[in-house]
Amino acid sequence: MKNMTKNKNNLYSLIALAVLLGFLAFLQSDTAGYSYQISILERSAIYAVVAVSMNLLTGFTGLFSLGQAGFMAIGAYTVAIFTIPVSARPSVYYVSGISPVIADIQLPVPVALLLGGLMAAGMAALIGIPVLRLKSDYLAIATLGFSEIIRAFIAAPVFDTITNGSYGLKSIPGFSSIFTVFGLAALCIALMVLLINSSYGRAFKAIREDEIAAQSMGLNLFRYKELSFVISSFFTGVGGGMLAMFMRSIDSKTFQVSLTYDILLIVVLGGIGSVTGSVLGAFLVTSGRELLRFFDDPLTIAGVQIPLFRSGFRMVIFSILLMVVVLFYRRGIMGDHEFSWNGFFRLIQGIPDRLKRQKASGTGKGGAKA
Amino acid sequence: MTEQKNVLHMKDVTMQFGGVVAVNGLSLDVNEHEIVALIGPNGAGKTTAFNCVTGIYQPTYGSVSFQGEVILANTPKGKMRRQYIGDVWPQALTPVLKTPDEVTKLGIARTFQNIRLFGNLTVFDNVLIAKHMRAKQNVFSATLRLNHAEEKRMRDESMELLSMQGLAHLKDETASSLPYGLQRRLEIARALATGPSLLLLDEPAAGMNPQETQELTDFIRQIRDDYHLTIFMIEHHMDLVMQISDRIYVLDFGKLIAQGTPDEIQNNPKVIEAYLGVSDDVDD
Repeated sequence: MKNMTKNKNNLYSLIALAVLLGFLAFLQSDTAGYSYQISILERSAIYAVVAVSMNLLTGFTGLFSLGQAGFMAIGAYTVAIFTIPVSARPSVYYVSGISPVIADIQLPVPVALLLGGLMAAGMAALIGIPVLRLKSDYLAIATLGFSEIIRAFIAAPVFDTITNGSYGLKSIPGFSSIFTVFGLAALCIALMVLLINSSYGRAFKAIREDEIAAQSMGLNLFRYKELSFVISSFFTGVGGGMLAMFMRSIDSKTFQVSLTYDILLIVVLGGIGSVTGSVLGAFLVTSGRELLRFFDDPLTIAGVQIPLFRSGFRMVIFSILLMVVVLFYRRGIMGDHEFSWNGFFRLIQGIPDRLKRQKASGTGKGGAKA
Repeated sequence: MTEQKNVLHMKDVTMQFGGVVAVNGLSLDVNEHEIVALIGPNGAGKTTAFNCVTGIYQPTYGSVSFQGEVILANTPKGKMRRQYIGDVWPQALTPVLKTPDEVTKLGIARTFQNIRLFGNLTVFDNVLIAKHMRAKQNVFSATLRLNHAEEKRMRDESMELLSMQGLAHLKDETASSLPYGLQRRLEIARALATGPSLLLLDEPAAGMNPQETQELTDFIRQIRDDYHLTIFMIEHHMDLVMQISDRIYVLDFGKLIAQGTPDEIQNNPKVIEAYLGVSDDVDD
């Protein structure tokens, strides 16, 4: 009996995967016509990688870090510097020239992405030594500071011949197809899920639950926090590299604190401690922001122009929606649960009951439990 | 009585917080296969003494040895030396300050007075986490599932442990959803999973009714024999302490006021005074 439902669920997953692949293939068949949709989906997938890596740190290890933008910048710049075609470099570094050290090194994209991740991980290892001794909010502030330092370094005139300073980098080779982006994102997320469900993942969760108890189980707190921080930063770096390839041109302003907040928003909205929540959140937040775009256009009803509808208004609506979500679904869409077909069907079957109860009692509370 | 092998040796352990001496020159010994109890009125410094053994606190002065090896030793320095008001005047010791995880690796496991389970994790995961420390694997082999054999061994051993504690049927429950008594039992199971030779129990019977306490008494004896343990515990239930302990140490205001067998302790006037107060100036 149990086996049968398992088979059934595997079948559902296969169908869902086939539908997704079919949908992507459909978009891929007319890249020019669907370029808007493709760009939303690609950005969502990249944000999903970064959000899951942040969740690994915040949701599973209990370390609240706000350094994401900094580590993304390291990954993005590494990928950009090593993948811009050598022939295009003179036009990119037209202001201050290119440092001879990197002038002729061009790496294949996978190697550059890996290197981007490793650079971010290396920087995290260094930063982690002093910072991970801090707790909760203090850790967040310290990592936020470091993230800004990284950004300042990138924009510093001293490094103009490497990072091209405030002019940014362009001519970064893009992704050949939407499948590359989704494949890479899926690979990164799958690796993180495997880690979370491994013995090390359990150790991280133990530290999140109770540091003193974790220590008395023989876990060296600093070592495991550092490990989690480095791994999370590695994937954040890879995500940053992917973002660079997606955007084709980057500059230090791309990686401001607001980028970290975007990711934080996804994590909180999806549910702290839920991987599927983060993935879901990434797609909802990124596409939600675009879908609300009609609020930015002037609206005229019966010849009267509604004054509020103008550029920037969608962000107001978006923020209000967020506040509503945080107020009523405090634990995010998924809480700390993961998506499962059984939970999904239970949710759907439960909707009529819930509506009835809501009518009866007049108070409707409770988040989606899947 | 034959000479027994010493497991835990505390010498002049003093723990001072600011101007308060929580543990004052405590010296005691726990020998192999013994059950030793540390008792005393509330605030006597019993848990602080435990924390000094497991490395959660670094004692201000004194040394702790485990199976002949010094695991913690400290001498007050600088400002602390000027403020030092412990009874035993400190002589220079080479500082050895092991962290709690290192102490656990050596083979000292403990439970906590206010249960510290990994509340949101399952019962099974709680035990499994304790197995992580001694597993032969690294983060890559674990992530890529190259540690099949090791993971299976950890799971099997944890399952066996849970079965022996009668918690097997609850393995998928969230730890915090268990009733209080079972949470205590799980905490002991988790401590056993770290593979200790010395088990420190901090008030294992707290909040238990007489029947549960009686069960616990048998349980403690049983795990001592099954796992070849030495047990050092803090307890308030005098029935339990008197029944089970080979020897008892009594702490009051951080100082050791008595030690001996249960019979000796029961008739010790100093102990009675510490627990009931001095009779001549109390009339309520």
